[in-house]
Amino acid sequence: MNLHEYQARDILRRHGIPVPPGDVAATPAEARALAERLGGKVVVKAQVHAGGRGKAGGVKLANSAAEAETHARAIIGMKIKGLTVQKVLIAPTAEIASESYVGLIVDRASQRPVLMVSPAGGIDIEEVAARTPEKIQRLPVDPRYGLLPHQALSLGFFLYRDLKQARAAADIMQKLYTAAYSVGASLAEINPLVTTPDGSVQALDAKISIDDNELERRPDIAALRDLSAEAPEEVAARAAGLTFIKLDGFVGCCVNGAGLAMATMDLVKYYGGDPANFLDIGGSSNPQKVVAALRIITGDPHVKSILFNIFGGITRGDDVANGIVQATREFPLKVPIVIRLTGTNEREGIEILKRAGFSALSDMDEAVKQAVAAAKGKVA
Amino acid sequence: MSIFIDKSTRLVVQGITGRDGSFHAKQMIAYGTQVVAGVTPGKGGQQFEGSVPVFNTVAEAVRATEANTAVIYVPAAVAASAIFEAADASIALIVCITEGIPVLDMTKVLPYVRERGARLVGPNCPGLISPGQSKVGIIPGNICKPGRIGIVSRSGTLTYEIIHQLSTQGFGQSTCVGIGGDPLIGTNFIHCLAAFEADVETDAIVMVGEIGGTDEQEAAEFAKENVKKPVVGFIAGQTAPPGRRMGHAGAIISGSSGTAAEKMAAFEQAGIAVMKRPADVVPLLKEKL
Repeated sequence: MNLHEYQARDILRRHGIPVPPGDVAATPAEARALAERLGGKVVVKAQVHAGGRGKAGGVKLANSAAEAETHARAIIGMKIKGLTVQKVLIAPTAEIASESYVGLIVDRASQRPVLMVSPAGGIDIEEVAARTPEKIQRLPVDPRYGLLPHQALSLGFFLYRDLKQARAAADIMQKLYTAAYSVGASLAEINPLVTTPDGSVQALDAKISIDDNELERRPDIAALRDLSAEAPEEVAARAAGLTFIKLDGFVGCCVNGAGLAMATMDLVKYYGGDPANFLDIGGSSNPQKVVAALRIITGDPHVKSILFNIFGGITRGDDVANGIVQATREFPLKVPIVIRLTGTNEREGIEILKRAGFSALSDMDEAVKQAVAAAKGKVA
Repeated sequence: MSIFIDKSTRLVVQGITGRDGSFHAKQMIAYGTQVVAGVTPGKGGQQFEGSVPVFNTVAEAVRATEANTAVIYVPAAVAASAIFEAADASIALIVCITEGIPVLDMTKVLPYVRERGARLVGPNCPGLISPGQSKVGIIPGNICKPGRIGIVSRSGTLTYEIIHQLSTQGFGQSTCVGIGGDPLIGTNFIHCLAAFEADVETDAIVMVGEIGGTDEQEAAEFAKENVKKPVVGFIAGQTAPPGRRMGHAGAIISGSSGTAAEKMAAFEQAGIAVMKRPADVVPLLKEKL
């Protein structure tokens, strides 16, 4: 789960990291009031889970509170990469002497939290890594001891020659490390970490992603989820216990297991089709989940055929079959459906489908071919 | 022979009285696995299915039954703790089926397990099966056949698909290992490749990877230098969009890294035959053997 910039700034502030003033506004009037309080010269930033906000016109400088209101009016409601902007962050324009990067990731290779710092801040760190890798220092941290003071200070000196600034940066890094563990972050970045002309070190912009597996035990963090920032079908899928990701194609896919779901999408492409979605109904096979899955898939007007690929293990074929039959009683499928059903309780499942007038295949390739052909209006 | 589990595996089931634990314990017993103990705090002294003693702690179970392998079916909230407990009880092989352990917890679990000399398989995995000998986890026994192909995979049902392709076309398996779909896991492709290479009863290896991370690339590098047996590989997620987590916590393309194309290229470079689809597994193996 990604947090908005203003939420990430709040978390950093709560952990004692210096963050410039600023707050979030949901209406142009609120934006104006905030800008007035902050002295008029402010930046208005769209709060949306998409990169390239600036390029899309979602970040604007204002010289007065009135101008901030005008910008907020333009930005709130604007669509950036398909997502509607609901809120803007109003922050005073800061005078910046230098921009650096400080980030904490969980590194898969070393299996440790890794602190990454770079004096080349303000741009995408991946770009820095690709072009000037010597400008990045990485420190794998032993989570049992945490980020030790001398480790943080040596990274601080990589950013700043000045002892006071190096110490300030080291302090920020240690607080960022603590913050990441206390909110369950899989990524916590300050970009840019700036120095101001008077020499102070501050976190100007922040990005935090929360590990979804942390949400159950951290209801306060889970409450930060912004449902309006996500595709509605994905929200509905999560509520039903499904994993669903919308894609651009026309073959609706319903599969048990994430790996098989990906392989099914790939096979749709292999046979000349284009998958409309990734959908994993998960391990337990409650028929209600199948109904919910079909409701979401049939809600997509681009779907021209539906493909089930079920390899029963924990998932039972009869449960899936019952789900399909039940769904057709509740709403029309509108498009052809091709079902591949094998594994646990396959015979019972096929029997249920037959009685309801459906047929089932046992071979994955054959099913995908037929689904692609059906989507293109041909009979396989 | 086989890798990691065989007839001598003595299994303790953590969470044996739970919904998933009891269901799969019965399946494992029916398959012939030596399920010697179960653990559920507070239920020590009971018998599971009239034959398997239940203990309050893993340490007690080990003392009483000489269990050497543990399988974990407990809920995510207590799964990390269950792994710590198994490692403390000198269990040599810990298999964690549970999905949903926070990755920051795993940063602490993994060094703990390693320092005690234990091997962890998973978390978020279907476990292992050495057909005809032992099954630890949830892989359906009826789709497997004893034989000489080793399988290592990050997935669950996709592994079943590959096993199904092999079994129905005359290729049995020595051991199938599901290493798990999480970003931080205990046993990786390299560990399994090395074990299969050393196993005299494995003739060829099938690797099933997916998008996210660089495990497959590192394994390809390793295979090039250290594996003489034929290797066939598949990568799921060729059509996955970047930046989205495809069901598995670890299946995500970050920036431009972790794509299927990159992994398939690494396989090819290392002389690993690349399957374009699951049904290619048998033809490619026949070519290689």
